[in-house]
Amino acid sequence: MVAAAEHASDVRARGLSPLWACVAVAFLLFALVVGVLVGPIDLGIGRVLESTAARLHLPGVSSPLSPTEEAILWQIRVPRVVLAALVGGMLSLAGATYQGVFRNPLADPYLLGVAAGAGLGATIAIAYLPEGLRGQRALPGAAFVGGAVAVVLTYAVGRSARRERDAATLVLAGVTVAAFFTAWQTFLQQQNAETLQQVYTWILGNIPSTGWSDVVLILPYVAVAAVVILALRRVVDVLNLGDDEAASLGVNVRRVRLALVVAATLGTAAAVAVSGLIGFVGIIVPHAIRLLTGVGYRALLPLSVIVGAGFLVLADVIARTALSPAEIPLGVVTAFFGAPFFALVLRTTRGGGT
Amino acid sequence: MNAIELTNVTVMLGGRPVVDGVEAAVARAEWVALIGPNGAGKTTLLRAIARLVPFSGSIALEGSDTKELHRAELSRLLAVVPQEPSTPPWMTVAEYVLLGRTPHLGTLAKEGRRDREAAAWALARLDLLEYRERRLGTLSGGEKQRVVVARALAQEARIVLLDEPTASLDIGHQQQALELLDVLRGESELTLVAAMHDLTLAAQYADRMVLLDQGRVAADGVPRDVLTEAAIARHYGASIDVVPVRGRVAVIPRRERSRAAS
Repeated sequence: MVAAAEHASDVRARGLSPLWACVAVAFLLFALVVGVLVGPIDLGIGRVLESTAARLHLPGVSSPLSPTEEAILWQIRVPRVVLAALVGGMLSLAGATYQGVFRNPLADPYLLGVAAGAGLGATIAIAYLPEGLRGQRALPGAAFVGGAVAVVLTYAVGRSARRERDAATLVLAGVTVAAFFTAWQTFLQQQNAETLQQVYTWILGNIPSTGWSDVVLILPYVAVAAVVILALRRVVDVLNLGDDEAASLGVNVRRVRLALVVAATLGTAAAVAVSGLIGFVGIIVPHAIRLLTGVGYRALLPLSVIVGAGFLVLADVIARTALSPAEIPLGVVTAFFGAPFFALVLRTTRGGGT
Repeated sequence: MNAIELTNVTVMLGGRPVVDGVEAAVARAEWVALIGPNGAGKTTLLRAIARLVPFSGSIALEGSDTKELHRAELSRLLAVVPQEPSTPPWMTVAEYVLLGRTPHLGTLAKEGRRDREAAAWALARLDLLEYRERRLGTLSGGEKQRVVVARALAQEARIVLLDEPTASLDIGHQQQALELLDVLRGESELTLVAAMHDLTLAAQYADRMVLLDQGRVAADGVPRDVLTEAAIARHYGASIDVVPVRGRVAVIPRRERSRAAS
């Protein structure tokens, strides 16, 4: 016992190592700076810093920017960058959570039907709501409700099956519900062909330049989801051993899984509501971190938030500048870089679970 | 007070009783081998004791009805070494053994000094301290088996259920694993219940054997009373010789047809 006690300090789980935390934060800061500086109008890093200092009421500093430039910086670029960071962080956190909870390396945030439900909600809003109501409030609201309804339905279907293998049943229920909602959505879309373009644009995903309103809209959901998931991050490592072993280690598997899935799903639904369906972020970011660092979920989950936020900010920069003034759908950008990477992930994870 | 007490335990799976009215008791620090042919209900009975499968009847651990315990309380009393434990290849040995501390932690808590000491002690007991930074994916089958036992020890439960603890080990590692469990049992007053297929090995180590067949207890007693040629023939459909060796019994399969006949 004496010898063992001496070694106690050596026996530890790899948490968030300072090195990787610094690398991730540096990446996010780099992305944020690029996101704020790059755009059709060159603001210049020095003048942006001065404007920021003026905003913070530092004595003796006044903003060198014209009122128009001020508006571009603070009402368009910064909120858009913040929104991209929130959506990206949320999607990769949700993806990593689902991968751990369902022990499936290919699980993404849309696994339980959020995407199909939100797509249906958005299609209904675009096709049936009067022109004036469609914009700002109604579309995200309808998408959010659609996504939430789909996941509740998935849970209901999964529970009614009462199978031994809870997690796998839930995933199957998700596939079923997603198929049903997608069929419904496709039908409505065909019936209202004149709205096809608008629905399509939404489905491919983009970060809107809507100022701070969307940030305010999703921030509470993303914050609550992140707090819940990060607080439970050690338990995700336990769940990764499977339901039986997690239960025999004293975890109330159903309750913890429900808390994690509800948190991840609410956050995802909020992100999807403002940005549409941005694919691959939730898969490639956690897998990239895993490949680079080899860490468990307790470190992977916080890293996913930080790196996912930075990744989507950079992807959004490409989406809005590559063919400026036109925007490439964000889902196209993430998938264009995501698909080759995903092929790599499939190669390296063959034969072994995560 | 018995460590484990089973009263009329029945487990229905797919409308069929897989465990059928089992009555049994295990004393503190006793080693009981659960034997029986494939499909006899050994694993299911272990799962019922760990409350991993719904059952009727009652199961008491150290006097407490398992149905009344919280999951974490139950896991502080009882650890399980599954037949095919999940060992994520990226996890380090230290991380895996620390997971054994889960029932002692709040849902939101991190491991503290006390938890690291318990894990270090468990690693030391199994000669695994040097392995603590190794990834599970780089270990051999025998090493993994020891790591899983270390996790159960770190759990500091007084009762340990083992499902085929030696199934994937060679004869040397089988002996090492069982010797070790026997030593731990003596040191820490562990109560052990192990489902085992190797009857000779089981007879070497177990104080008592419970023979299950079709979910029912067919025999319960010291190995030399349970392992009879007639009982093995009846429940396993095997023809064997039971040979006394150094105060214990060994089971030797008998070839039925002679070479000349074929």
